[in-house]
Amino acid sequence: MERPLISVEGLARRFGDLSQPAVFEDIWFGVERGEFCCLIGHSGCGKTTILNVLAGLDSPSEGAVIVDNREIDGPSLDRAVIFQGHALLPWLTVMGNIAFAVSSRWPGWDRAKVREHARRFIDLVGLKGAEGKRPAQLSGGMKQRVGIARALSIQPKMLLMDEPFSALDALTRGMLQDEVLRICADTDQTVFMITHDVDEAILLADRIVLMTNGPGARIAEIVINTMPRNERHRNDLHKHPQYYAIRNHLVEFLVNRSRAFDAEIAEHGYDPRRPKTVKPGLAAVNPPAEVVPLRQTH
Amino acid sequence: MAALKNSLGLRAGLLSLAIFCGIVATWQIATMPAGGSSVVVDPEYAKLVGAAAATGSTTALPTPADIGVTIWHHILDPFYIRGSNDKGIGIQLAYSLGRVLLGFALAALVAVPLGFLIGMSPLVYRALDPFIQVLKPVSPLAWMPLALYTIKDSAISSIFVIFICSVWPMLINTAFGVAGVRREWLNVARTLEVGPFRTAFKVILPAAAPTIMTGMRISVGIAWLVIVAAEMLVGGTGIGYFVWNEWNNLSIANIVTAILLIGVVGLLLDQILARLATLVTYPE
Repeated sequence: MERPLISVEGLARRFGDLSQPAVFEDIWFGVERGEFCCLIGHSGCGKTTILNVLAGLDSPSEGAVIVDNREIDGPSLDRAVIFQGHALLPWLTVMGNIAFAVSSRWPGWDRAKVREHARRFIDLVGLKGAEGKRPAQLSGGMKQRVGIARALSIQPKMLLMDEPFSALDALTRGMLQDEVLRICADTDQTVFMITHDVDEAILLADRIVLMTNGPGARIAEIVINTMPRNERHRNDLHKHPQYYAIRNHLVEFLVNRSRAFDAEIAEHGYDPRRPKTVKPGLAAVNPPAEVVPLRQTH
Repeated sequence: MAALKNSLGLRAGLLSLAIFCGIVATWQIATMPAGGSSVVVDPEYAKLVGAAAATGSTTALPTPADIGVTIWHHILDPFYIRGSNDKGIGIQLAYSLGRVLLGFALAALVAVPLGFLIGMSPLVYRALDPFIQVLKPVSPLAWMPLALYTIKDSAISSIFVIFICSVWPMLINTAFGVAGVRREWLNVARTLEVGPFRTAFKVILPAAAPTIMTGMRISVGIAWLVIVAAEMLVGGTGIGYFVWNEWNNLSIANIVTAILLIGVVGLLLDQILARLATLVTYPE
């Protein structure tokens, strides 16, 4: 079987001994190369723990994560993490923070080469001129830009983002989302992102993985974002014919189904290895064949 | 705002000056010799106990003017050597400073790496905690006989005493600072596959540096307090020995001069470390 770039297989995590209920269990999903994948769910369902396992910062109680056909057993420069709280080193400048990452990636490079490489990524996120500033002198949005530049500068195989925009104000968040979208499209980056913001997921993600509430959280289904990337723009997202169908589907899940998922699978059956894939956007533009309009004009 | 701040500084300075003048005036009045009493005294006796005491004045305390003259003489010639018991105050201070810096440096060499280890490992922390808790409150001077017996050299013993009193604040602060390094900074290093040594020097050390510097500042203050007492016991050289020697000479003016100098040097040491601390402090 051909595996996707990231393949999460039978993941479970419990804190404490075996008698404790698992935060999540039997988690199976994959992220294809070049894909932007969002994981959405309420707080406490273990989203961040899943990302930490993917990053290699935490190890699962059961199951494994296969990346590039190899089981991961720790952090790697191939998997860059953008942390929720930017996690910049406050005693280093913007340049210093990025150069630290660059020289970790290529220990043999001399200082000039490291700085030149770092400068390219500072320019990429629009921070030209702020190289010499310390994180304390930067606004929240600029700090997160540095975090993004640091992650991109090591040219990883994939980006892991843990609610990277949640601490920002709406305006800054929107601008950064646009830029992430642009940068990911330019560099054909594989991204796995955690969010609880439905609109952010629709704007950025090609696939949205829905997670039920913990304890014992699992993957409920996978929503394919059928809106093509080049039609997703922050300003007129809500005018897209598929937008409300997808949004309603996600909101409906978060409000009702994430809580009562056990009752739902008792009725319909559930294979944790193959969570159902749905395309709510397409249903909006091409109504299913069996639905016949009552009166046809011609 | 700046004007107000300036005027506050100015007013505080004026108040300080007024307090200083008040103290000096009170002192002068209290120690003024009873005027006109021309009691004939044996000049040898006067030489032995000091003129003021020999003339039957109630106190041997010098007036502020006497102190001023003494300080002036010391400033004019701080580095003279006229025999083993008569050296300039500059030389005595240099001996004390040398001991303090040597003992302090040795303590830093031990305390910072050990503190790193304690801070990184909860196991080592728990294992060493009882020793630290018991040894920390021991007065450094209590070690002196043990040091003299085992080392058999008074000069090295006083350095050892400085070492033992400087080690605890640095050890505890280093361990505390290292243990308190934010998890997310360590995670950054882990995701960048930074090796343990590079993590220690590039992430943990700068993160803990302000706390370590605070420990050093406390240590150097304690070391400077202890050196005076240690040199009084050990004798030979140093500002502590100078004070004791002048007490035996009943030269209060020299003792007061030494007290002022000890205070000024202690202030300078503290200020140097405070300046160094600002270099490694980072705003969050």
